[in-house]
Amino acid sequence: MSKCYINGIGCVSAQETTNESVEISDFETLTQSINPAKKQNYKEYIAPNMIRRMAAGVKMGIVASKKALEEAGINNPDAIITGTGMGCLVDSEKFLKAIIENDEQYLTPTPFIQSTHNTVGAQVALGLKCKSYNVTYVHANNSFETAAIDALLALNETADSVLIGGVDEIAKHSTYLHQLENLVKSEDEISNILKSDTQGYLASEGSQFFVLQKKKTSSTYAELVDVAIHDVLNQDQIADKLNSFLNTNNMSLADVDSIFLGVNGDKKGDDIYHSLCESLFKNKQQVYYKHLSGEYNTVTAFGLWIAAKCIKNQTIPEVLRLNDLKTDGFKTVLLYNQNRGEHHSFTLLKSC
Amino acid sequence: MEKLKAELKERIIENLNLEDIEVSDINDNDPLFGEGLGLDSIDALELIVMLDKDYGIKIADPKEGKAIFESINTMATYISENKPA
Repeated sequence: MSKCYINGIGCVSAQETTNESVEISDFETLTQSINPAKKQNYKEYIAPNMIRRMAAGVKMGIVASKKALEEAGINNPDAIITGTGMGCLVDSEKFLKAIIENDEQYLTPTPFIQSTHNTVGAQVALGLKCKSYNVTYVHANNSFETAAIDALLALNETADSVLIGGVDEIAKHSTYLHQLENLVKSEDEISNILKSDTQGYLASEGSQFFVLQKKKTSSTYAELVDVAIHDVLNQDQIADKLNSFLNTNNMSLADVDSIFLGVNGDKKGDDIYHSLCESLFKNKQQVYYKHLSGEYNTVTAFGLWIAAKCIKNQTIPEVLRLNDLKTDGFKTVLLYNQNRGEHHSFTLLKSC
Repeated sequence: MEKLKAELKERIIENLNLEDIEVSDINDNDPLFGEGLGLDSIDALELIVMLDKDYGIKIADPKEGKAIFESINTMATYISENKPA
């Protein structure tokens, strides 16, 4: 396999992630059940005549992708690969609502055009006038990881630079349905997500994009070694699949310095993490990040953004630490995520 | 007629998400497409739906659209002459 380096990153989230003067250690723990992304000055990035039709997800995706490309010094990547769990949900809701309210008549084109899952990848490509390979993966909580796997394959073939990203947006009606299903915490259940004894997460939205290249450059954050996904696993199978994943990469768990976990305050999924933290990952430096990002289908891209920054700076801020174990530095990082026992993913990074 | 023109401006701004544009920024004779408000072909479809939904007017021949949607004045005139009783 060709090497794959993360050479540019961009992030729009519920934190001040586009402001370079704000450090991870300045991020504040989310305190709302629904946490919109921080507003950006979108006019700095998007032409005014384009911006008026764009949903939040598209705008966030364009900002994050532009920042990543700018940092890597890339104008036209060989591929644009996007992951999204729900696509441009706000426009989907708008269009469906119009169908119901107007008795299937008077349907306007804009929300229909903008509601498709691949709108973000398409708008990023249009903005760049990039006609290369452009694919959007929709695979629930593994959407971003699937995009990353495709990027690794593309780099192993003819591509030299690939832009990958994840994006998901909050939409009013869908969030309401998620609240009814106890997928989202109610306001009175919000507390320290590490000690949460209730179901549900803190809902949020965001977009993170990365420029991946075969070559290491002065802007390189880390090497993206490998990514693996699995749909449903029990705890024994998690250990087996993880060992097998590491073995494939000529490593064992002993080689991993830090584990970034997708703990999100939802008891239904967090029990798995807590159990692993007391067994398989007991002697590892454990890190969590969803108290800063909230939860959305492609939030693991935020996890990768955080991990890339930590590796580059060789520091894990206190706000991310799940246990007290500290290492002098860390070379190898594993990101592990799952959603209520489904959609497991392993992402392996190495410092450069 | 003046009331209709003001109403049209409000609806155009709202339906087409014309951010940063106020009713007072649109003159009655300003071209809606091209150099004026800068509307495009997708906006034209939105305006056709708006005429049907809000004023009960169906534009049977799309070629008519160019003249109808030239400005707020032409739209208001067309609506007042063709609105079902």
